[in-house]
Amino acid sequence: MTDWTALERFLDTDPADVGCEQAMDILHVYADLLAAGADAASRYPGVAAHLAACGPCGEDFRGLLAAITHEP
Amino acid sequence: MERPEKLAPPLDAVSAGWISALTGTGPAREAGLVRLHGLLVRVAAGEVRRRDASSGIAGPELDDLAHQAAADAMLAIIAKLGTFRGESRFTTWAYRFVVLEVSSKLGRHYWRQHPAASLDAEDWDRLPDRFGLDPGEQAAQAEMITAIRHAVDQELTARQRQLFIAVVLNGVPLDAVVARTGMTRNSIYKAIFDARRKIRAFLVANGYLEHRKLGSP
Repeated sequence: MTDWTALERFLDTDPADVGCEQAMDILHVYADLLAAGADAASRYPGVAAHLAACGPCGEDFRGLLAAITHEP
Repeated sequence: MERPEKLAPPLDAVSAGWISALTGTGPAREAGLVRLHGLLVRVAAGEVRRRDASSGIAGPELDDLAHQAAADAMLAIIAKLGTFRGESRFTTWAYRFVVLEVSSKLGRHYWRQHPAASLDAEDWDRLPDRFGLDPGEQAAQAEMITAIRHAVDQELTARQRQLFIAVVLNGVPLDAVVARTGMTRNSIYKAIFDARRKIRAFLVANGYLEHRKLGSP
């Protein structure tokens, strides 16, 4: 039986996904909330959906989170 | 549309200090600019190093890219200082510009590292690798790949097809497509988002994938 899990995961689209522009507009707000221990994903579910699905925006988010949690 | 609260809280003391310094005049502003630039360079260097395994950049080139990203972020921050509304700490807002500049520069750098990469070559044999499919299941895979090709050819617009081929089939990073085409990251993502939705609907309608609600295991 062929495992289509990765294919299905790729093809799944979340209607709540806000897209790159909106997610990047409030990435700093989202990152600060998360770094402070707040439930950022509940406050901004569409941003959470986007960051989970978009590789480049997810990478930017991880970079920003790393920057603010290991401040120079 | 998800937006921060309309009434942002008062600035925290540290952020207020940054704004005061950067909107002031004379030596205090100069000192603020120097201090901010130092921070941005360190954040950019950290971010480029964090990504160096995937970017393939090292040594002086890495440092150069970090300094360029910090310098461009600095210009953007100063130009947009008036738009900072205190919805986050000032430094978090500022570091976002650095991270986005690093992404943009790595996207441009991709073409120097991969001059032969193509946006529109069509090697459909790569598709199983893209989705981690088991090479032992060749008959089922071939059937699925043929179905996906039909979906791509029949269901997608010319733009969606072009971007699907570039990003999904050829594996060109999205930011490299931004650098090459001049399109925004958002418009490319949206086109591929719609392509994914259409391909899935085609595969379900034709019995290749089961219909199930999003999020179900």
